Amino acid sequence: MPMSADKTSADKTAGIELSEDQKKRRRSRSIAIAVTLAGLVVLFYVVTIVKMGPEIMNRAL
Amino acid sequence: MSLVERQDTLTADSLVWDGGHGSVADYVALLKPRVMSLVIFTAFVGMMLAPGDMHPVLGLVSILCIAIGAGASGALNMWYDADIDAVMTRTAKRPIPAGKITPQEAFTFGMTLAAGSVLILGLVVNWFAAAFLAFTIFFYVVIYTMWLKRLTPQNIVIGGAAGAFPPMVAWSCVTGDVNLESAVLFMIIFMWTPPHFWALALFKCGDYRAAGVPMLPVVAGETATRHQILIYSILLAPIGVAPYLLGFAGVFYGAASATLGAIFLVLAADVWRNREGDAARKSAVRLFTFSLFYLFLVFALLLAESLISGM
Repeated sequence: MPMSADKTSADKTAGIELSEDQKKRRRSRSIAIAVTLAGLVVLFYVVTIVKMGPEIMNRAL
Repeated sequence: MSLVERQDTLTADSLVWDGGHGSVADYVALLKPRVMSLVIFTAFVGMMLAPGDMHPVLGLVSILCIAIGAGASGALNMWYDADIDAVMTRTAKRPIPAGKITPQEAFTFGMTLAAGSVLILGLVVNWFAAAFLAFTIFFYVVIYTMWLKRLTPQNIVIGGAAGAFPPMVAWSCVTGDVNLESAVLFMIIFMWTPPHFWALALFKCGDYRAAGVPMLPVVAGETATRHQILIYSILLAPIGVAPYLLGFAGVFYGAASATLGAIFLVLAADVWRNREGDAARKSAVRLFTFSLFYLFLVFALLLAESLISGM
């Protein structure tokens, strides 16, 4: 039946309803992940400089 | 339904999700921060004692990867042991039994950190150390947690090996291999673990019995445990002095570690002698508390001597 099919599809598109508590904690986790990723970017940059040293500039153009 | 079998309840009829309740602090708790601090400390000492130079940034990355690898092991241990943790007072408030993090979330978190720490250590430092770290995580999670912890009363002896590997891994970060000196650092923690945990088990016996974990006092009885504590303490005392005997620590370390080993032995003998009532409990608590000081002091002395001799 078209109406119930529409209802089911509407439910599916609505997805999971997060509670206020879940939303608040998801935000704090997202910030922690962002900080970790930013830390990794800095770490890889510094490690690249440390491992390559002055040689980083010594390459054929 | 046990906690381990619990799944996120996401069905077509009720779009309700059990997950997503964990705060950042809950995820940090999954890493077992206190165990991690001991791993960081012993790994740092292993790195400082290892012959050869290492750029401080690479040293920092090594310690970070070892610490994260240890944290990943802790998270995967909590994922698998959630049913045991729920019935022991010491562990009932951990994030999974407390319902803050689902087992699936803990598993994903642990596996991600394990893979990340091994990969970064391999790419940045060396692949031998990375493989060693991967083996350590495997040993703790699969050999100890999943296999032997629920099977044999010698679980602590074998599990202790996983806790003893970090200084060897750190050593291999510097040298690219392992040798006798790094094995001595391993042996100190390896021999220290059984008396440390069995002393704890003597006064937390009921907890382990309730959880069905075959800790030695539960399976073999308290008398057998006291014998074993004494035997391991007798073995630990000379191994604690071995860095001096093998020539990679000085006279001061030799004298101090011999004294600390003697105190350890006296306290272990007290545990062996006092078998009834309050005196028995007090002896076990005293040995447990001193064992923490012992390990910290032995490694701190090794570190101090290496720093002074490097000046």
